[in-house]
Amino acid sequence: MDLDLLSNILYAMVRTGTPLLLVALGELICEKSGVLNLGQEGMMLFGAVIGFIVALATGNLWLGVLLAMAAGMLLSMLFAAVALGFNANQVATGLALTIFGVGLSTFVGAAWVGKPLSGFEPIAIPLLSEIPLIGRMLFAQDVLIYLSFALFALVAWVLLKSRIGLIIQAVGESPDAASAMGLPVLRVRTLAVLFGGAMAGLAGGYLSLAYTPMWAENMTAGRGWIALALVVFASWRVFRVLLGAYLFGLASILHLVAQGIGLSIPSNLLAMLPYVATIVVLVLLSRDAIKTRLYAPVSLGQPWQPGH
Amino acid sequence: MPTPTSPPRLQLTAISKQYPGCLANDRIDLSIAPGEIRALLGENGAGKSTLMKIIYGVTQPSSGELRWHGEVMKMRDPAMARGLGIGMVFQHFSLFETLTVAENIALAMGTAAGTPKQLEPQIREVSQRYGMALEPSRLVHSLSIGERQRVEIVRCLMQDIKLLILDEPTSVLTPQEADELFVTLRRLAAEGCSILFISHKLGEVRALCQSATVLRGGRVSGHCVPAECSDLELARLMVGDAEGLESSYPKVSGGLPRLRVDDLSWHNPDPFGCSLSQIRLEVRSGEIVGIAGVAGNGQDELLALLSGETRLARGEQARVSLDGAPIAHLYPDARRTLGLAFVPAERLGHGAVPDLSLSDNALLTAFQQGLVSRGLVQRGKVRELADEIIRRFAVKTPNANAAARSLSGGNLQKFILGREILQNPKLLVAAHPTWGVDVGAAAAIHRALIALRDAGAAILVISEDLDELFQISDRIGALCSGKLSPLAATAHTEAVEVGRWMAGEFAPVAPSHSPAAAPAAAPL
Amino acid sequence: MLLSLEPRGEQSRPMLWLSPLLAAVLTLLSGSLLFALLGHDPLETLHTLLIAPLADWYGVSELLVKALPILLCALGLAVAYQARIWNIGAEGQLLLGALAGSAMALQLLDMDSRWALVWVVLAGTVAGAAWAGITAWLRTQFNANEILTSIMLNYIALNLLLFFVHGPLKDPAGFNFPESAMFGDASRLPLVSEDGRLHGGLYLALLALVAVWVLLQKSFLGFQIKVLGLDRRAAGFVGFREKRLVWFALLVSGALAGMAGVGEVAGPIGQLVPQVSPGYGYAAITVAFLGRLNPLGIVAASLLMALLYLGGENAQMTMNLPQAITQLFQGMMLFFLLACDVLILYRPRLKWKWAQRKALAEATT
Repeated sequence: MDLDLLSNILYAMVRTGTPLLLVALGELICEKSGVLNLGQEGMMLFGAVIGFIVALATGNLWLGVLLAMAAGMLLSMLFAAVALGFNANQVATGLALTIFGVGLSTFVGAAWVGKPLSGFEPIAIPLLSEIPLIGRMLFAQDVLIYLSFALFALVAWVLLKSRIGLIIQAVGESPDAASAMGLPVLRVRTLAVLFGGAMAGLAGGYLSLAYTPMWAENMTAGRGWIALALVVFASWRVFRVLLGAYLFGLASILHLVAQGIGLSIPSNLLAMLPYVATIVVLVLLSRDAIKTRLYAPVSLGQPWQPGH
Repeated sequence: MPTPTSPPRLQLTAISKQYPGCLANDRIDLSIAPGEIRALLGENGAGKSTLMKIIYGVTQPSSGELRWHGEVMKMRDPAMARGLGIGMVFQHFSLFETLTVAENIALAMGTAAGTPKQLEPQIREVSQRYGMALEPSRLVHSLSIGERQRVEIVRCLMQDIKLLILDEPTSVLTPQEADELFVTLRRLAAEGCSILFISHKLGEVRALCQSATVLRGGRVSGHCVPAECSDLELARLMVGDAEGLESSYPKVSGGLPRLRVDDLSWHNPDPFGCSLSQIRLEVRSGEIVGIAGVAGNGQDELLALLSGETRLARGEQARVSLDGAPIAHLYPDARRTLGLAFVPAERLGHGAVPDLSLSDNALLTAFQQGLVSRGLVQRGKVRELADEIIRRFAVKTPNANAAARSLSGGNLQKFILGREILQNPKLLVAAHPTWGVDVGAAAAIHRALIALRDAGAAILVISEDLDELFQISDRIGALCSGKLSPLAATAHTEAVEVGRWMAGEFAPVAPSHSPAAAPAAAPL
Repeated sequence: MLLSLEPRGEQSRPMLWLSPLLAAVLTLLSGSLLFALLGHDPLETLHTLLIAPLADWYGVSELLVKALPILLCALGLAVAYQARIWNIGAEGQLLLGALAGSAMALQLLDMDSRWALVWVVLAGTVAGAAWAGITAWLRTQFNANEILTSIMLNYIALNLLLFFVHGPLKDPAGFNFPESAMFGDASRLPLVSEDGRLHGGLYLALLALVAVWVLLQKSFLGFQIKVLGLDRRAAGFVGFREKRLVWFALLVSGALAGMAGVGEVAGPIGQLVPQVSPGYGYAAITVAFLGRLNPLGIVAASLLMALLYLGGENAQMTMNLPQAITQLFQGMMLFFLLACDVLILYRPRLKWKWAQRKALAEATT
């Protein structure tokens, strides 16, 4: 394997890992606050279709990105209303959101399937992108990927350094204690869910505006679910989310590698790889039940209402 | 500092709080002067918690007036209460285990106080001044219960504290630790801080408080000076003329050994949990053995090993035996067929399924009593059993179809205990049998346990309530850090001594295998 | 706050069953609104969607044909969900059942005896159970979250099916179309009546219905499953074997989904094609919840869901509406159901902001 191929693989790894990273960062914040939102796939799809339609209709890619985020947020608001406001089971509500999002995006996007769009183009940063091996990976990407780097830094800072991070963690560990302390539990959780929605929408927008600028039914292909596994894989730690996202990115482009070393495997079998990888990773990471429990936010997925 | 003319620090007038279907506080008057230590006494459900939450701004009163330094106030939220100098130490600590001491304190203090790092020196200073050693950078989950309470108190002392509210603070402490806490509280009061001390333990109220307000059924049933009242007078104020206040049961010495725990050591895989080491214990037929201890010292682990929720490998099966048969490797249902019955600490979510009916909850543990035939549930028989439990143990419920969660704590506990007793157990293990139960139900539960004992069953009671253990158990011991003290006849033991055992002051178990035939003398 | 919730203390039994009805009504209302926004006459659209498909016996038989796989999957899911085992993998288990059943049928192309059908159905059922068994194994052995593993297995199953239908199981005489040869008659589920496509899967579904009803409503095993779902600690406290119950629930769940899958290929389709299921396995999730995890409730809910599928096809043909309305309605219905379920445990109180403020002001003065 030569250096060029390796550089290409790293470049593609980041491109493929980015949507996972974006969704997983949003879900991380959400889960840290104690809310399990399984609706990522639905929010991503809705973001993708809205972003695509807006960009194509207005010719403005950034407006597409913005409305993709708004679309994700809109769906997450539904989740927040039912799961937090009405105290419904979070697992079921998340599933409902995914089913709804899949249906809604297919419905809305039916007339837009297969239309061409010129999406975000890579912007090579002079000099830096010339660095061997990692130059292309880090400095010759499209602008949404640069944005994902910034968002990662922001989330890492919030969770590890800021008071907001402390509050999110406190609410996720013990809503009762947090509420007794005067922290607005439901407001914190709602905002975390909305942030998750915006990130999922952005990830969807990235897919339909930059990664493969087009709209197709179910184009997220389970990335929302993989991102959920990613958060478990990362043991709810932000740097591991980054690592995991790119590792999964790598697993999804293994066919490039296979081609590179001259293997021919049927494409349907190769397409299974990221899903198999997800299962393997889940198994490796969850084996130690006690350890998983140590890292998982204590109140994750449990309904909570201000007490009496 | 306080002058006779100054208004009380806090004055409540006719405070009421209406919850759907229940009047939790009914026109309550209470006042507390600067530097005063006032007790708020009352049973579970008397309205103490609600009143405290109103003072601390967690909830709003339906009507009534709250004055702070003579000024009418509306306590919007805890932040406002803290801003005025009101601090509160909760019974179930409001601490976050995954955060450090400093982070916990910073969260409570608001943005203005600074970052956790900036607060560290101040935390050290305050904790030293009041004799409560604390390391600010430690994670809370690595602290003992007593240390966690210190975090809560230090958190309140970090600000200019005017009124400190403590909710049953000694329930998690050994008697010695409680004395240390009292020293700190007296010192605070001497500096002018008012203290509202919520408790139901009369002895410590008398030792600490200058005045007391007693609540019963949401109303003030009296104000008094604790030092001038007898226990009985105070108890009457708390519970009215309820039966069973003074019951004492004859102590007995038991017959043949039923349950034997033989050098049981168990490593807890959970790093937050407690491991057990060399537990040696014998419970004889016809006696009640009581095990005291502060929560988190291995009670849950020991209970799980006795019930069968935690099992040992076959090679270790004889570590626990019932009537000579090894059972440590058996599942709970197999142990039940051998005659074990069990009342766990948590009624809802462990001893009973909250969303299932009482019928179904009877089936839950009694399914081996002919209630299932060819894999199908015999609904009629289940219903009969449930009705019998309800009748014999005077469980107040509309009928056996009521969901377990709809019963009051005392009634559900009577149901669970009745369910176990009707299975004619040879050995009954009961954890905190009267925790959170009103006096009437507690007395009924005690009488049922004594009756079962007198019928020849062996009974093991694990409880945090030392008074209860002295009342009903024939022999007593204590757990501390996963080790069990020697057991002694209750009649010949003082509470102080058990208190020392709870703090771990007992000699390590000798590596002999002689059964403790006579109550061992306490090692000093 | 406009709406405040007041805990009832105990479940409201009427609301338990009114809530799904309310959810269905709300879904139809929002659907009508959507149609109106899109410029269709709502009444006409609803007619196309819900009434026109049932105009004749053929329509009714088509409804049943579509309801069978949904019913089978949902019955299985109900068993798993009662144990709070969130099996999202009915779709994958269905596909595996179809795949294995087809593989068996293609082996038995020349067999004439009725046993061929038995083998085919058995192969599909076992394959579905085995596919769910992977989730059970990962969950009990490695503590891996069953939601994520079962959904991953859906994607893997789909790709596996595509691989086989494009490769090893492709009809050599099929002009390179991605589909298998037609099964032999002996491997096909017989038709129930001459007109329409309603097939012998009906009997399988009725059998499953009775079995699941006895299991969940009458048997001690069902009681154990419910206890496990409601309160894991209590189940451990009395010695119910959690791992065994998880295995059992998932195997039943997978077997029924597998049966649904093989019922499709051996029934109406008659060969293996890439689109065995238009998302029946996902629809079954909504159906299981809508039917309150109760076998009889599930029968009603799966008929309603089948009607939505049928209506979706009809609306596409006659009104040029995207067929995705079916899925859209599924999601909406589940959402409304969860929202309405709040009424089971809470009593709603409408309050206007000013009224609340006034009450507060009175309380403090």
